[in-house]
Amino acid sequence: MDDALLTVSHLDVFYKRGRESFQAVRDVSFEVQDGETFGLIGGSGCGKSTILLVLSGLDGHWRGEIVLDGVVRKDGQRASAGHSTQLQMVFQDPYGSLHPRHTVDRTLSEPMRVRGLEHVEQRVLEVLEHVGLDSRFRFRYPHQLSGGQRQRVAIARALVLQPKLLLLDEPTSALDASVQAEILNLLMDLKKQLGTTYLFVSHDLGVIGHLCDRVAVMQQGSLVETLAPENLVELRGTHPYTIELFQNSQYA
Amino acid sequence: MTLHAWLIDDAPASAWQAQCGGYYRGLRRAMRSPSTVFGIVSVLGIVLIALLAPWLGRVDPNAQDILARLQPASAQHWLGTDQLGRDLWSRLIFGTRPTLLIVVLVALLSAPMGLVVGICSGYFGGWVSAVLMRITDVFMAFPRLVLALAFVAVLGPGIVNAVLAITITAWPPYARLARTETLAIRNSEFIHAARVAGIPTWRILLGHVLPLCIPSTVIRVTLDMAGVILTAAGLGFLGLGAQPPLAEWGAMVAAGRQFIFDQWWVAAVPGAAILLGSLAFNLLGDGLRDVLDPKNA
Repeated sequence: MDDALLTVSHLDVFYKRGRESFQAVRDVSFEVQDGETFGLIGGSGCGKSTILLVLSGLDGHWRGEIVLDGVVRKDGQRASAGHSTQLQMVFQDPYGSLHPRHTVDRTLSEPMRVRGLEHVEQRVLEVLEHVGLDSRFRFRYPHQLSGGQRQRVAIARALVLQPKLLLLDEPTSALDASVQAEILNLLMDLKKQLGTTYLFVSHDLGVIGHLCDRVAVMQQGSLVETLAPENLVELRGTHPYTIELFQNSQYA
Repeated sequence: MTLHAWLIDDAPASAWQAQCGGYYRGLRRAMRSPSTVFGIVSVLGIVLIALLAPWLGRVDPNAQDILARLQPASAQHWLGTDQLGRDLWSRLIFGTRPTLLIVVLVALLSAPMGLVVGICSGYFGGWVSAVLMRITDVFMAFPRLVLALAFVAVLGPGIVNAVLAITITAWPPYARLARTETLAIRNSEFIHAARVAGIPTWRILLGHVLPLCIPSTVIRVTLDMAGVILTAAGLGFLGLGAQPPLAEWGAMVAAGRQFIFDQWWVAAVPGAAILLGSLAFNLLGDGLRDVLDPKNA
């Protein structure tokens, strides 16, 4: 394919526990094209969230090469100052990802203010509107919001800097079914409107199959196969682990 | 719209209103407990007395009248007089000043120091944490009054030195507390989110970590103030705190010791004041815990 927004090559992630070293991700390579929704699935502990931590610059224990929008990082290199406008992240738990003593307004405006951007207030209202919250919510604290509303705020925070790539770490798994659908629809609407590229991590095959253009399957730190859309719809894999994963999901 | 409705409005129109609403709800929660109300009223009362001492005190607390020494309570001397014929009521009233001064200075010096050390240690971890915490351990290992005694013995007695001596022994618990709180939130998703959003480290420490460490520190400081009052009185009692003729409760108790069987009020009056002052801060601290502790919210 022609224009890759994100290229990850030979990524290894190590954790040291005392003298023992544990390899959470081994030799993972993949590309995310500009504008697509790329899924990453696998059982819990397979390393998919670790990859997001590395990509977002929160984790420094890695080797390999990451190219994001032309900016190269190698072997545990820290993210540069402009990194946050290229990439943002929506976390799994909307109850833990908003600062309990900050109003929605502060949560949304602080990333813009530290960058010295103008028209902050206008932009806050605009982003709130994007995620379907009216201005009444602007000065509320997280404890005055429901789970779904919190996740909308978290999405708004991720969008406020207009990133090219949005990392979604199981953004709906902590929500109940009807709210899940709402948030997923919101994410898809936003994609249509803004053209943001998504890297979507989940263990929920239904969600992944419904939303993603391509999917990579992970098992115990390794990437076992990447599936094209036509195989995705029929849940058709070639690798034994993928087949097992898909079969399990049909019974679930 | 009434003030009440404005304060509890579910959709505040400004950050200011949201903030006020938060304080208002906290105050209402505090007012539900009688002992908290008592603590708040007493501490406010002590502050007011200290401010209005020249008007409440009636006479100069240092004016001696040798002919009227050790008098019992009377219309002229509401709480009697001490061994130099000084009016105990005035001395009691003016005695709030050194006590409050010590309490406030100790709080202002030790809490920020403990917070800075604790937050840096908790957030950065690794060798920063190891170095800071070992220093904290060293200071924590000294018995408070003994270190204060040694310190005052070197620097000479006086209120300022008493404050420094108490501060040196008072900050380590706050550092421990702040470190624990910081460790608990350092890896939470909202701190990760702030880092991904490109918020600089100093801003995360001041704007994100600090506000969550302050409630527990404020509670702890307020509860410790009772101990600080006692330590200050103890230093005064030993002649190492406030110096005569300054009216200070601990020194007043010490002076009354000689006459405790015949003229008991000379020691009992400042003693009761120390008791009340400590109790007031303790109850206020308990009340603050109910209001500020997020687990109780």
